[in-house]
Amino acid sequence: MRLPDVVQFAAASLRGSPARTGLMILAMSIGVAAVVILTGLGEGARRYVINQFSSLGTNLVIVFPGRTETAGIGPGMLLGQIPRELSLDDAAALLKSRAVSRIAPLTIGSSQISKDAKNREVIVLGSTSSLLEVRHMTLASGQFLPPGDVHASESVCVLGTKINRELFGNASGVGSWVRLGDRRFRVIGILTSQGESMGFNTDEIVIVPVASAHMLFNTSGLFRILVEARSREQIAQAKIDTETILFARHGGEKDVTVVTQDAVLATFDRILRALTMAVGGIAAISLAVAGILIMNVMLIAVSQRVKEIGLLKALGAPAAQIRTLFFTEAVLLSGIGSIAGLVMGEAGVLFIGRLYPSLPVAAPWWAVLAAIFTSLGTGILFSVWPARRAAQLDPVTALAGR
Amino acid sequence: MIQFEKVTRSFQVGDQQVAALRNIDLSIAAGDYVSIMGPSGSGKSTLLNLLGLLDRPTSGIYRLDGGNVTDLNDEQQARVRSEKIGFVFQSFHLVPRLTAAMNIELPLILAGIPVQERRGRVEELLKNYGLIDRADHRPDQLSGGQRQRVAIARATSMRPSVLLADEPTGNLDQTTGREVINLLEQLTEQNVTLILVTHDPALGERASRQLHMVDGQIVSPSRP
Repeated sequence: MRLPDVVQFAAASLRGSPARTGLMILAMSIGVAAVVILTGLGEGARRYVINQFSSLGTNLVIVFPGRTETAGIGPGMLLGQIPRELSLDDAAALLKSRAVSRIAPLTIGSSQISKDAKNREVIVLGSTSSLLEVRHMTLASGQFLPPGDVHASESVCVLGTKINRELFGNASGVGSWVRLGDRRFRVIGILTSQGESMGFNTDEIVIVPVASAHMLFNTSGLFRILVEARSREQIAQAKIDTETILFARHGGEKDVTVVTQDAVLATFDRILRALTMAVGGIAAISLAVAGILIMNVMLIAVSQRVKEIGLLKALGAPAAQIRTLFFTEAVLLSGIGSIAGLVMGEAGVLFIGRLYPSLPVAAPWWAVLAAIFTSLGTGILFSVWPARRAAQLDPVTALAGR
Repeated sequence: MIQFEKVTRSFQVGDQQVAALRNIDLSIAAGDYVSIMGPSGSGKSTLLNLLGLLDRPTSGIYRLDGGNVTDLNDEQQARVRSEKIGFVFQSFHLVPRLTAAMNIELPLILAGIPVQERRGRVEELLKNYGLIDRADHRPDQLSGGQRQRVAIARATSMRPSVLLADEPTGNLDQTTGREVINLLEQLTEQNVTLILVTHDPALGERASRQLHMVDGQIVSPSRP
């Protein structure tokens, strides 16, 4: 029997019972679609987090005050002292490391901003001119914080786009004066819209020189120091240098935490990848169920078509040929099922992408391949038994329909 | 040329061996027209199944066209069935989802005959059996006589040397039954060996040779 004939014959017998065939294809395609959509979601979440992290800057080492791990008990702890603050001088000292290209100290607080009668609550970020590059921000108009002495508390500010729109409408606020808390600041620049990243919306912030922020909030400590390494390879060195310099400045006390962006990223990456695989695996169970369903229906098909099998044998079809015919039917079923499932899954992914544009959903290629192979595999595996049973029928009893 | 040498076929029923055929010696020449008659349970069908290689004898030797086919394995026997034996059944046994033309083509497909040749042969058979305008009809759209004509066309599509017909007129009325028998008898003129199992003595007497079976044995071979 020729291969095209085998396929045609199998296809014809599938068409012969459209309801049964349709249901089996549906079961198979739901399994495949579930794998595609769920892994697509997992992968989307992973990419989302990675994008968010990458938009924060590249090659970053982040320093924050306090210790988040228990590495013994320092004398400060016994005295009930709070950890030493990070100071502006601490930040400046980090530039001594040759692995570090730029640093940006960060102070954060919230304050009332007002222009004439309009006012609202804003997050105020105190930093230096290097924040623009370190944090990958861009300006829509005007200029960023002026470089120079970090201790100078100039009364200038840079507005996020949304703040500018709320205070000045469609006009640019550059050159105007606004009131932040009890001080007046001149607007010198406006940020381009960046949207939200890691729950922090740069469209709704006001950036002022770090010294001004300290005066505004009456503090002297830093919330974070963003340290940019010279290259990807230097990140580890930058981290070691940062720790060494800060521990030395803090009298040997390890009261700061230094993390690299990479490490955080890698952790998220691992967690989310594992999640994607787990979800994909759960979805694959539905594929296995679909496979068992195919076996069941094929077994029913064999007993329904006993007479036909008997006839084929009488007409000279050897057992192997009958096995091949049933086998081909199952392969066709699972093949069509997985293609339909792929289409359904991709459509679902597209739909979710439309629904949540910020989530970069896309099923990873390995999950798509795995889904197709699992569906074909289960289809083939579970058709072996029915096909064998068909092939082993005794022609005399089969023809009699027994 | 069909030769049976001491062929016995027995079945296990419970803990008893029941012989359906006992020590049958039989020789049928090529192109012969043989009818097998006898009461039900006499072994007619068993004999036919053995002749058609659908069943294997418990003992004895079956030679077809000079070759011993008893010892062939399943695959080889399937091949002999495909090339040398045609079946016509009482209940037609057409595949319901296939058209008349495709039913006729089925043995050719199974044998792996190239498409071009298949078309020609099916065309010819449809013409010979007056089924041209029924080619695209499914079995349930055909009358009983037409169905049996499709079945005969199918049985002859591989140009077998032996045609086995099991009560071919059993599900047909008198007139169509006569037509079908005429078609089958015409085949014997082309040197096809026709073996007909029937209950109907009138039908059986038309054959040039009649075998009567009782209790698994041929009791009155009309010609030794």
